[in-house]
Amino acid sequence: MATVTAGSAIPNALASGRLPKWAPWALLGASWVAAIIVFALLTAGAHSDFNIVGAILVGTIAFDVLLVVLSRLVEGARQATNRLVTSLVSTAFIVALLPLVSLLYTVIAKGLARFDIEFFTYSMRNVVGAGGGALHAIVGTLLITLGATIISVPVGLLTSIYLVEYGRGSLARAITFFVDVMTGIPSIVAGLFAVAFFSLILGDPGIRFGFGGSVALSLLMIPTVVRSSEEMLRIVPNELREAAYALGVPKWLTILKVVLPTSVAGIATGVTLAISRVIGETAPLLLICGYATSMNTNLFANRMMTLPVFVYSQYAQPGTPQQPYFDRAWTAALTLILIVMALNLIARLIARIFSPKLGR
Amino acid sequence: MTTTAGPRPRAKVRLADVLFSGTARVAGILILVALAAVAIFLLAQALPALVADPADYGSHAANFLGYVLPLVFGTIWAAFLAVLIAFPISMGIALFISHYAPRRLAQGLGYIIDLLAAVPSVVFGLWGVQVLAPAVKPLYAWLADHLGWIFLFAPPASGTGRTVLTVAVVLAVMIIPIITSISREIFLQTPVLHQEAALALGATRWEMIRMAVLPFGRSGIVSATMLGLGRALGETLVVAMVLSPKDFISFVLTSSNNTATIAGNIALNFPEASGIGVNALIATGLVLFVITLAINSVARYVVNRRKAFSGAN
Repeated sequence: MATVTAGSAIPNALASGRLPKWAPWALLGASWVAAIIVFALLTAGAHSDFNIVGAILVGTIAFDVLLVVLSRLVEGARQATNRLVTSLVSTAFIVALLPLVSLLYTVIAKGLARFDIEFFTYSMRNVVGAGGGALHAIVGTLLITLGATIISVPVGLLTSIYLVEYGRGSLARAITFFVDVMTGIPSIVAGLFAVAFFSLILGDPGIRFGFGGSVALSLLMIPTVVRSSEEMLRIVPNELREAAYALGVPKWLTILKVVLPTSVAGIATGVTLAISRVIGETAPLLLICGYATSMNTNLFANRMMTLPVFVYSQYAQPGTPQQPYFDRAWTAALTLILIVMALNLIARLIARIFSPKLGR
Repeated sequence: MTTTAGPRPRAKVRLADVLFSGTARVAGILILVALAAVAIFLLAQALPALVADPADYGSHAANFLGYVLPLVFGTIWAAFLAVLIAFPISMGIALFISHYAPRRLAQGLGYIIDLLAAVPSVVFGLWGVQVLAPAVKPLYAWLADHLGWIFLFAPPASGTGRTVLTVAVVLAVMIIPIITSISREIFLQTPVLHQEAALALGATRWEMIRMAVLPFGRSGIVSATMLGLGRALGETLVVAMVLSPKDFISFVLTSSNNTATIAGNIALNFPEASGIGVNALIATGLVLFVITLAINSVARYVVNRRKAFSGAN
């Protein structure tokens, strides 16, 4: 009877030739610590600032190289390649987060300087240097976006109804294809179109007014509305429609009373996301709405300021001293981001609260 | 025979039905009309500039082609660099979310990347010019000093960091969410059986991705990249804010002499333009429209063809 003496455990054939699970993490920690120590020694010698980002970066690169070498020695070439790709893929993710973190940090840090009551209650009328606010720009943004929504939602929703409920054949295919192509129209081209259109129709080559911005934005918004509503209408179960037909309900009433109410939450979510997409558009509004320093609540006459254009103009045409202008630009940027985030949040809440409850 | 061959029973045609379907159809046609109107009105306003003397709109080129060619080059050059930077990173992120990150985390990580897409372009422009440009200035000086013999980094380096490379980095950040979200969807559609078969044969995770996931998603990756390219071509504010453009062709990445892009040129010059100058800018816009339309159409065509044959839907 063979006995196994304690102390010399049988090597597991499946686990041999593999690095233990904790090895990569230990290696990562060790490389970071080593890099930080090296950087600390170097900075102490050179009397310069300690660069934590650089230390982590160098440590990570050292970790990648070490892990591949170690894995190649212990596990062979195939596993080494696998580990290399794993670390590259994770690094790509971290790299993409850096600008996001930097951007959000900067916008919040610099934007808070002027995030005060005055900013939200004053326009820039007769303001030179410090002070003033963006009330006229906020009102302009809301009005123009409202105009764009009023144009886009009926057109987009009806088109998606056509595509889902009626559309067969080449017209539906053409609409689907061109709606997809429309999502790629550069925003500045939409602005140029609005300028070209209204200056020809109204015979004023230098035309600037708010409603033109609404038209330009709706050109960008309609494809998003069509796509999202189309998806929502398609997931309405066919049984619901057939049940309505079986009761003798006409098709148009079935759509209005059965299909739309079922999908209204999803459609509202899609519309909100579409609004959040166009509310930050700058280029078309720069062309067709122009700059203004005063409040203008009439969409159909005179120049109209919007929040994105406000950011651009405060940065691009600063007076002296420059700092108050840059401060206002950053605060407006912060306001814009807050509005976009709020819209995204509302969209998710709508989706969560009003979506049809399936099952009990 | 008692039954008579009467007419087949027909559904009653209701006026409301006709009206409703008619309205829906008109809305759909309206979209096609709008797209056609964009082309027609741009063309109508561009025509005067095509035949005018470039001196009238402040250019010293021989004709309109000479005026627009450097702009076309600048647009494609900046967008090409942006895609070059964004593509490997986007593939990494898409694979990370679809195949590497723990399942429970994956969706949240996807939201974080989508957050990048929610930031308005003017904010990216402000960040690019006030944060990124000063931060990369020393790097450009170093590149010009040590790698100046490569034509891409020919000295002198820019003193402000506001170069086409900075623009490309910001554009890359802006198109990463687009490329990522489309490729991620396609990677997730890879048939599970293919992946499990590869793993069962002893493939490592990377070998499984190379053999099962990437071939399946190839056309999706191509079209996602082209959509990102289309976005980068049309991006306006970042270019207008970061670059101080010149009207000649320059390949140098790190100098302050940068070729303007079509969109950036329009944004910078439109507010002050008048008369034939407006027509010239609209004509350049028409060129941009045609380029992006072509790229998007090809990308959509590739996606749609794939959809029909993959059996994934």
